[in-house]
Amino acid sequence: MVNILNIDLTMVDWARAQFALTAIYHWLFVPLTLGLAVIMGIMETIYYRTGSEFWKKTAKFWQRLFGINFAMGVATGLILEFEFGTNWSNYSYLVGDIFGAPLAVEGIVAFFLESTFVAVMFFGWKKVSKGFHLASTWLTGLGATISAWWILVANSWMQHPVGQEFNPDTMRNEMTSFADVALSPVAVDKFVHTVLSAWVLGAVFVVGVSAWYLLKKRHTEFATKSLRVGAVFGLLATLLLMLSGHHSAYTVAQTQPMKLAAMEALYKGGTDQPLTIIAGINPFQQPNYEAADEPPLKIAVPYALSLLATNDIHGYVPGIRDIIDGYTKADGTRELPLDEKIERGKEAIAALQEFRKAKAEGADEATLNSKLSTLNSSMPFFGYGYVDNSAQVVPYIPVCFYSFRIMVGGGCLFVLLFMLIIFWLYKKDVSRARWLLWASLLCIPISYIVSEAGWLVAEFGRQPWTIQDMLPTWVGVSQLGASTVMLTFFLFLILFTTLLAVEIRIMCKTIKKGPQL
Amino acid sequence: MTYAFLQHYWCFVVALLAALLVFLMFVQGANSLIFSLGRNADERRLIVNATGRKWEFTFTTLVTFGGAFFASYPLFYSTSFGGAYWLWMIILFSFVLQAVSYEFQNKMGNLLGTKTFQWLLVLNGILGPLLLGGAVATFFTGSNFIVERNNIVDPLTTPIISHWANASHGLDALLNPWNIVLGLAVFFLARILGCLYIHNRVDDKLLDKHDRIIRPLWSSTILFLGFFLAFLGHILTCDGYAYDPATGVIFMEPYKYLHNLLEMWPLLGLLLVGVVLVLFGILRSLTRKEWKRGFWIVGLGTVITVLVLLLLTAWNNTAYYPSTADLQSSLTMQNSSSSEFTLRTMFYVSLLIPFVLAYIVYAWRAIDKKQITQDEINNDHAY
Repeated sequence: MVNILNIDLTMVDWARAQFALTAIYHWLFVPLTLGLAVIMGIMETIYYRTGSEFWKKTAKFWQRLFGINFAMGVATGLILEFEFGTNWSNYSYLVGDIFGAPLAVEGIVAFFLESTFVAVMFFGWKKVSKGFHLASTWLTGLGATISAWWILVANSWMQHPVGQEFNPDTMRNEMTSFADVALSPVAVDKFVHTVLSAWVLGAVFVVGVSAWYLLKKRHTEFATKSLRVGAVFGLLATLLLMLSGHHSAYTVAQTQPMKLAAMEALYKGGTDQPLTIIAGINPFQQPNYEAADEPPLKIAVPYALSLLATNDIHGYVPGIRDIIDGYTKADGTRELPLDEKIERGKEAIAALQEFRKAKAEGADEATLNSKLSTLNSSMPFFGYGYVDNSAQVVPYIPVCFYSFRIMVGGGCLFVLLFMLIIFWLYKKDVSRARWLLWASLLCIPISYIVSEAGWLVAEFGRQPWTIQDMLPTWVGVSQLGASTVMLTFFLFLILFTTLLAVEIRIMCKTIKKGPQL
Repeated sequence: MTYAFLQHYWCFVVALLAALLVFLMFVQGANSLIFSLGRNADERRLIVNATGRKWEFTFTTLVTFGGAFFASYPLFYSTSFGGAYWLWMIILFSFVLQAVSYEFQNKMGNLLGTKTFQWLLVLNGILGPLLLGGAVATFFTGSNFIVERNNIVDPLTTPIISHWANASHGLDALLNPWNIVLGLAVFFLARILGCLYIHNRVDDKLLDKHDRIIRPLWSSTILFLGFFLAFLGHILTCDGYAYDPATGVIFMEPYKYLHNLLEMWPLLGLLLVGVVLVLFGILRSLTRKEWKRGFWIVGLGTVITVLVLLLLTAWNNTAYYPSTADLQSSLTMQNSSSSEFTLRTMFYVSLLIPFVLAYIVYAWRAIDKKQITQDEINNDHAY
């Protein structure tokens, strides 16, 4: 059938690399925007209620850091939106009918809210009333959060496509239910988990910067009060994050079992599955999941994976080999083996080709219906028609495995950090716990690594699919030369890295200068 | 609401967003003049701060334009962005530079120095309007692409539906002189709007503005009129890309855009209104030193004129994104739009637009009650 050798796979890799680069950079800035938005909103609310100049200046200081960070988030976000068209043009056509809508809603509903009120927030201190300014600060954060909602709706649809059907006349997927797309359980989970993770990062940032002032014995009142707001907010966000993480894992198990299997390096599944804490997986090589039953040096918590994935300690969790060979799901239905899915996918492609040909030749209704019937029965496997072998459908396990552990481990670390800070703030003198202050400072870079790890789990685990089970990456790309995309990759790499260096230095200088109290 | 109505409606919304984007490129226009309007560091900073309070609107409108085009005409999105890769990449690159240049340039610790970022603003001020104008011109002049839906199931070819027909990936658009002509017209229009915005926003005492803007305003006006009228004359006399709704066939029709204007006479009236407003606003600003509303009058004229020009490329059975490589690959509202369901759903979302516009106006007025002064730059939040 379709010969994937016609596609320049090197170009596919560069297109993926460019999108990943942009998304990684974008995700360096967005979480801080989302997290700081709430924290500075809380601080300005205290100012509004108390009239205290101290809180006004405190809020203004964090807003200054917010502003430095905000511009880079906006800039990288612009590139991301248009890269769907520039690098993934086939994808844009095949699912644009569904995927474009959340992006348009994001622009109309969220971006304008954010961009309008961010200007009032920065420039309106002496121009608008206290109430209007406070509303602007919260509306800026709300705009950023609504924006996250819609982009995560779009992303969740790629993880778990719902509310659409394929139209053989237009040769694309078309939306049948906006509510199914916008309120999909995967989208709700992803939004809650992602935004909470951003709040945690914002809290760690505030805690870390405040700790630095205490270490330097500067602005101690400002630092102690910021530390209190950051730690309490951070602890609440982290606890909620853990709850949402459990729910997300359950959803992943139901909708993307291969992703869960890769996250766990679960080669051969079964009932009563333990959750791996750590195992000896070579980070630079795809493990031999065909030969081994489990990775070496595995330390695990009994039954925990079954509980996480099925809400039942005896629940069945499929491993990579089970997914390739086929298995029986909890509801008794049979998940087809990969070979059969590939065959059905090729049938769907052939039926679609025959339908198009018959229609062009003016075939009668009965003939067309017969082709359509074949197409519809095999359509759920359409994407598999472009797959040749099992190695293509298994994500790169080491990245998924280690990223997942970094993400979960980081979450646990932050709970501990926030609890310790709150303890020292209320029971002792936190400025004397220098080890804790240093740990808080160190947690700033760690929080970024943890945050990026979460993104890597979500996106690497989806591979090789642009849209889960529907469209592999090599069918979603634009027709470009590998050298063209490689060149823009390096241009963006140089540009983003230079700007990141400038931003970090400006941030450090601004922090060093401190709040103007 | 019929499918045809929704296709026309979304074409209108996208064209309106594009028209607003052209108006909002006053930010780019003023930035391209940073070094000629601002004669010292303080004056340059004043100009940067004047446009710096509005750059987000331009940026957001660009993003929303992209999102709305994607949602309503996904085949255009995939064909144009995936095909004219280099053209769009250069545009995007320049906008990234703009986004950070405001925030970073006067901050302590800026590794690259203030002037570097000001020159990046100038670069965006030139490339943004020039290339976006050139890209818009291709709606009249055509682009070098091929669309073949059957590729997705053809075992003998790549399963990619649309692609550029040569290796230039969009740079060939810059070889068509008419694309350059419209690009230059948009560039000089942006400079006109930029001059008028500075006149409107910055405290008189600071720049002695009217005297300062008069020269670039005159030169930009003359050049804008030359390029714009040449382009208008060209499109009203050239063959256009027509579409037969009965057969779906696309064909060349002499004087197609002139016919469109005459057959959709309200658009002709609007075009005249738009052009008159632009000319009136410019001329009155040139002759009345104390009159500062030129920015709004010319801005309104710009939105109306650009809106009409864009609607001419799509309404009245016209192929809005013509292919010079394969005429039948040309995109029309009918063959490239989203499904009726998606367009209808998005229609309901678009009812929020008046509400969005209302709060933008409210916030804009709140921020712009007074002109920008040196005192504000020194003692309040400033770039």
